[in-house]
Amino acid sequence: MIQMPEINQDKCNLCGLCIEICRCNAIVLVNNVVTCVETEECHWCTLCEAICPTGALTCSFEIIIED
Amino acid sequence: MSVDSNLLHDLSYFSSLNAAELEAIKPLFYEKTVQRGELIFFEGEPADTLYFLISGIVKLFKTSTQGKEQIISLARPHDVLNDISIFDNGPNPISAQAMSTVNLYGIKKDRLETTLRQHPQVSARIIRVLAARTRQLISLVEDLSFKHVIGRVAKILLEHTSDGAGSGQRLTQQEMAAMAGTAREVVARSLKTLEERGIIRLDRQRIIISDKNALQEMINQEV
Repeated sequence: MIQMPEINQDKCNLCGLCIEICRCNAIVLVNNVVTCVETEECHWCTLCEAICPTGALTCSFEIIIED
Repeated sequence: MSVDSNLLHDLSYFSSLNAAELEAIKPLFYEKTVQRGELIFFEGEPADTLYFLISGIVKLFKTSTQGKEQIISLARPHDVLNDISIFDNGPNPISAQAMSTVNLYGIKKDRLETTLRQHPQVSARIIRVLAARTRQLISLVEDLSFKHVIGRVAKILLEHTSDGAGSGQRLTQQEMAAMAGTAREVVARSLKTLEERGIIRLDRQRIIISDKNALQEMINQEV
């Protein structure tokens, strides 16, 4: 399973800005619900998180120290 | 769901109690599960229950009148969430929100008072916890007053590392911004700057600290 940005549907107002800005077509509208499609093309640019006006979309990072 | 006296012993308040004492106070507690995103208590509300975090992560934060959020700390297992309002009888100075599925132990204020009367050694532990919290808050004030934003972001990175197995805590740039007292865009620029200097690498879903010493130097720089 490919981890994708998370969408909080309670906060999503269906503005569609994330769909417009996504450069890898990972965010789509399915039955009027904004959905992330699993794809390795998603390089975690976080533009979707940046443009979301309600904070519904989040791209979290794990922080690790390289050995 | 029943309270486990072994887990009670892991809480710093009660670590000095023996098995019999833990069994005696166990019935005073109850267990509560909160789902990710749920608010546990609100800033400004009166508090009648003291909560201890057993598992999960809880965000402790203040909200400005404009709705801007400042994260005070991220509570980890065995932390106490709202002792200030319980002990000074004031309203909650912060709000608490579950960042994952969270299990809590709660004890009503009057039952806590009974516990303190019957087991006075708990008070000494409480003083230590409050002193440590004061030290942490002084450090936050120091960071907000004396450090560049990039230094504050660097400190957040160093303080929130995980083991890389994927099961550790994860932060969004918005959460880092709330902790650093800045805007998400500034955090994004700070991360980019750190990457350009070769101190970190941004990978898919991971921030990899490639030069820990250089990151520490960023933290030590003052405004």
